[in-house]
Amino acid sequence: MKTCLVVDDSSVIRKIASRILEDMNFRIVEAEDGAQALEACKRELPDAVLLDWNMPVMDGFEFMMHLRQLPGGDQPKVVFCTTENGIDHISKALHGGANEYIMKPFDKEIVAAKFQEVGLIAAPV
Amino acid sequence: MTPPDYEYLRKLLKDQSGLDLSADKQYLIESRLVPLSRKAGLAGIPELVQKMKAGSASLTAQVVEAMTTNETFFFRDKVPFDHFRQAIMPEVLKARAARKSVRIWCAAGSTGQEPYSLAMCLKEMDSQLAGWRVEIIATDLSQEVLEKSKAGLYSQFEVQRGLPIQMLVKYFKQTGEFWQINPDLRAMVQHRQLNLLHDFSQLGTFDVIFCRNVLIYFDQDTKINIFNRLCKAMEPDGFLVLGAAETVVGLTDAFKPYPDKRGLYRPNDSRMTKAPAGATTPRIAVAAGM
Ligand SMILES: C[S@@+](CC[C@H](N)C(=O)[O-])C[C@H]1O[C@@H](n2cnc3c(N)ncnc32)[C@H](O)[C@@H]1O
Repeated sequence: MKTCLVVDDSSVIRKIASRILEDMNFRIVEAEDGAQALEACKRELPDAVLLDWNMPVMDGFEFMMHLRQLPGGDQPKVVFCTTENGIDHISKALHGGANEYIMKPFDKEIVAAKFQEVGLIAAPV
Repeated sequence: MTPPDYEYLRKLLKDQSGLDLSADKQYLIESRLVPLSRKAGLAGIPELVQKMKAGSASLTAQVVEAMTTNETFFFRDKVPFDHFRQAIMPEVLKARAARKSVRIWCAAGSTGQEPYSLAMCLKEMDSQLAGWRVEIIATDLSQEVLEKSKAGLYSQFEVQRGLPIQMLVKYFKQTGEFWQINPDLRAMVQHRQLNLLHDFSQLGTFDVIFCRNVLIYFDQDTKINIFNRLCKAMEPDGFLVLGAAETVVGLTDAFKPYPDKRGLYRPNDSRMTKAPAGATTPRIAVAAGM
């Protein structure tokens, strides 16, 4: 079973995202900010990270920079999921090593499409 | 809705767009035509039918359009676009090396996601197509979806279904809440209104035809008729791509499945020998005269 780290300071968003990802057969680990997420990654690298941008303590972008420095930290697929919907943020994320980018609001179809895009789940046959 | 009104609409839709509704689709008609009647300032479906019977061509056209299903998304089903990149285009590049032209038809292009997905695939192989004439023709019955396709303007939701983020960044410009596909890609796609029930020989001959998720709405005879005409609109060594739930098998032998590529078909050999590539048949003369 693949693991997805869901990082968002809103418990409501974490809950919605977790439910969607559980239906897609992921084991979920939750974190409320980038610092918590980084701790979680040091314990165990997930297969995927669904990552908010703006969060207290440490934001999503900074977290990703740290993650990519960890041993094996280039492996997890990082999918941003944020209300930062401008092209400048998207480009910055991609240059920083993000694999995909979801603009909020999102739904199940979008999460599935993006996770397929980066090979985390198989396309329906 | 009264049974006679339902029968009237059912027959009209079958004749005008091929839409083959079973006897129990009243809810579908109501969900689409009640709002349309209101917008037209009519009390409801009885009055709508009355006006149509009295000969309102514009209302009839609106009804036919309102009953089409336009759902589509970028790189829908993925596999057909893998076929396009990995099987179709490599063969076209070889087979048309002398002519240096490729003609592609999206026979039910809807709001443009399919033709623009093909345009993006072609952009990605730009260097191999230097000096080539590339035509993508997108047609649809519905004028409304064609207008949207021409504008190439998509909501945030639409650009997140099937479109890799790198392609969004590379080929789209953000305008407020919307994303617009870049002018050079828009220029690659020509739009025309076309009803597949009607003659389409004036479009000329194609190397590749995408005809996806439209024949599913038609009955067998209509499908067979369209397949046979599609075959005539295609080069003998062309490619036909159908939707995931569609097949020619059991309907026509004008096309045969391409080995190991689901949804991909080619004209049958028998026809290839009848009309070898480059022969001056009337079909090709039409294409050349365009
Ligand atoms: C479900 S969409 C398919 C779009 C795209 N090919 C895809 O697979 O995503 C079907 C389209 O067929 C069009 N259509 C329905 N009847 C038609 C007809 N008789 N001639 C041409 N287009 C038709 C509709 O307007 C609609 O845009």
